[in-house]
Amino acid sequence: MNPTRKRRLIVVLLVVAAAAVAVGLGVFALQQNMNYLFTPSQVQTGEASSHKTFRLGGMVKAGSIQRSKSSLLVTFTVVDADGAMPVEYTGILPDLFRDNQSVIATGHMDNAHFVATEVLAKHDETYMPKELKDAMAKAHKGKPVPEGGDMGGSP
Amino acid sequence: MTPELGQIALILALLLALAQSILPIIGAWRNNSAMMAVARPAAFGQGFFVVLAFVLLVWAFLRFDFSVQYVADNSNLALPWYYRITAVWGAHEGSMLLWIFILNVWTLALALFSRQLPEAFAARVLGVLGIISVGFIAFILFTSDPFGRLLPMPPDGGDLNPVLQDPGMTFHPPVIYMGYVGFSVAFAFSIAALLGGELEQAWVRWARPWTNIAWAFLTCGIVAGSWWAYAELGWGGWWFWDPVENASFMPWLVGTALIHAQAVTEKRGSLRAWTILLSIFAFSLSLLGTFLVRSGVLTSVHSFASDPRRGLFILCFLIFVVGGSLLLYALRAPKVAGGKPFAVVSRESAILVGNLMFTVAAAMVLLGTLFPLIGDALNLGKISVGPPYFGLLFPLLMLPIVLLLPFGPYLRWGKGEPQVLKRVMLRALLAAVACAVVAAFFVDGKLKAIAGVAAAVWVAVGVLLYIVKRWREMPRGRRYPAEMAGMLFAHAGVAIFLIGVLLSESLSATSDVRMAPGDTKQIGGYDFRFDGVHETQGPNWRADQGTVMVTRNGEPVAVMHPQKRTYTREQIQTESAIDPGVTRDLYVALGEPMDKEHIDGAWALRLYYKPFIRWLWFGGLMMMLGGFVSAGDRRFRVRRPANADAPEPVGAALLSETRA
Repeated sequence: MNPTRKRRLIVVLLVVAAAAVAVGLGVFALQQNMNYLFTPSQVQTGEASSHKTFRLGGMVKAGSIQRSKSSLLVTFTVVDADGAMPVEYTGILPDLFRDNQSVIATGHMDNAHFVATEVLAKHDETYMPKELKDAMAKAHKGKPVPEGGDMGGSP
Repeated sequence: MTPELGQIALILALLLALAQSILPIIGAWRNNSAMMAVARPAAFGQGFFVVLAFVLLVWAFLRFDFSVQYVADNSNLALPWYYRITAVWGAHEGSMLLWIFILNVWTLALALFSRQLPEAFAARVLGVLGIISVGFIAFILFTSDPFGRLLPMPPDGGDLNPVLQDPGMTFHPPVIYMGYVGFSVAFAFSIAALLGGELEQAWVRWARPWTNIAWAFLTCGIVAGSWWAYAELGWGGWWFWDPVENASFMPWLVGTALIHAQAVTEKRGSLRAWTILLSIFAFSLSLLGTFLVRSGVLTSVHSFASDPRRGLFILCFLIFVVGGSLLLYALRAPKVAGGKPFAVVSRESAILVGNLMFTVAAAMVLLGTLFPLIGDALNLGKISVGPPYFGLLFPLLMLPIVLLLPFGPYLRWGKGEPQVLKRVMLRALLAAVACAVVAAFFVDGKLKAIAGVAAAVWVAVGVLLYIVKRWREMPRGRRYPAEMAGMLFAHAGVAIFLIGVLLSESLSATSDVRMAPGDTKQIGGYDFRFDGVHETQGPNWRADQGTVMVTRNGEPVAVMHPQKRTYTREQIQTESAIDPGVTRDLYVALGEPMDKEHIDGAWALRLYYKPFIRWLWFGGLMMMLGGFVSAGDRRFRVRRPANADAPEPVGAALLSETRA
């Protein structure tokens, strides 16, 4: 093998190795940080049981917001058409958080209730996030859902 | 009547844009001077009508013309005049009009300052800009008409989204669009070069100042956006890896690679095809960014409602632009490839490694941003990708860049001398280690902060040593040409940015607390005393305004007034209070009243102590300054005869100068 070819081979091998490392890291990081969205009824049918951390989406049940007297602990119930899930959160809620508002909470299950580490409500109060609308529409049909939505969706 | 005038102006602009795109390109192909000569007048005409349409929309806002749907949706009688002007780009339709307005600003600038370019080349560049313009004006006219009427006319309008009612928002969108749209000029140059084939080799030099200016604007826009998110969203963060932020960041990453690749191509003729490819990517990502922000396909903290018709148009336009330009690239790139060989240790290699990292980082961000769409399409479920994905991968990808960045200038083009490099690196390393050791005592051994100090010193010492070296070795007046001064500014900005990011990330203290009037909470050595809340009033909002006294060791530091505003339509918006400082920011945001009956007046408060956070924006502004300074280099303004097709290496005379 002449020197030019040898050098090229080394370069190619290095590039391949670097690409492999990059792809490996990327896949690893992606897997660690993918959060699935479920509605209360999906959680109750056990769909979320294989996920430690996930996002819970739905509407805040009217009158369910309870503040603790001494700390920032707040509990509320997130509902969809045929499910309800009590949520516990410690901290400051977003500006648009209120009764009947669509919210997405990130967190994990602790026995029968959901412990949220982050609660998001949309800036535009008339607007429900598309993914949440889809998820709720799907849960409403009550059919056994595979892993995901049947959404072609707009581009 | 004026809204209809606006519509007519847009239609006329569309027709002129068609003329500007079709005739000059055919003319350049057929070598027909008359057809090529259409480009400039058509560009001026189009510019006139687009500016007219824009002014008419501003006018409609200023005189409360609620018979226009867009005006009625985004403003009301109580909205102050300055926010009525910014309301023009407060929602989808108006931002598209702003986009096309800025495209025309760039086109007009190009039409004015391109007279020294060869006739055919200038015609092609303006033609390509015309094509982009056609796409956007058609998009506005067919799917997003800002002049649509609303009948019967309502007595009062809706409201501008309260998060947008902030001084930062007045100039953030125009500046960021200056950047996005500016890449269309670099794109047009590249396409023109592909169309022209091997004839033109000097085009990269003509493209460079434009690309640098666009990049500087984009940098400024991202800094402003980050500042706005920090000051206005009330979460105290400066970057969230939110889809909308990523949308502006991806073109920036590719644009940064592009301005460096252009330097190589201009000076050495190498990497020519790569430079063209990067400018195609930069512009495509800008287009994607524009649409991601406003189309609402991705769930984001600040995305707006979507319309499938728009999505389809956008998708077709993207496919046309990206697909068309890549097809052209595939057909013509082999003809433009070439350049001088370079050794492994050379400035070209250093820039290439940086380019690779920036491109991979952009791809990584793109994957993370679009993954929810991919997951949706593949039936994987409703997925979102959390910030830790970006937070893990991005620093890893940037590490080689930070390590290499200060030493690029020491390397010669073609073949560098490792000994010189070793000497400089040794000094920088010693300085970095020494500072890191000293810093370790001040930061309680927090690794991230120590790494931040070390990295910043490493970069800063490298840049400083180079400044000294130039000072010693070059005669007066030739030490720091603007191009080099810009590079030094930007690289020094990176050092300052690193300090800001890593120190504020690692040393920040935050606390969400419940406080009754008189309560005190200590954070970062500062005592925050909550003195209760009272009502106050603004032009179009009322607010609960808190008072927080900050003291340090008993000495008063600041009195802060965070607000919880309620706008006319009952939208609630947090206005945080910030006490800025060179070494630290204090930041207070009001949460919510803890007892609805207001017996003890307790509120939830969010308190932050953020050291050195200002440095990261200052570093960003230094980078911006670098972009502008570089673009002002006299070399880029040199007039050359229009018919000289410089076959000799471009800028050969200046090579010796830029070599250290």
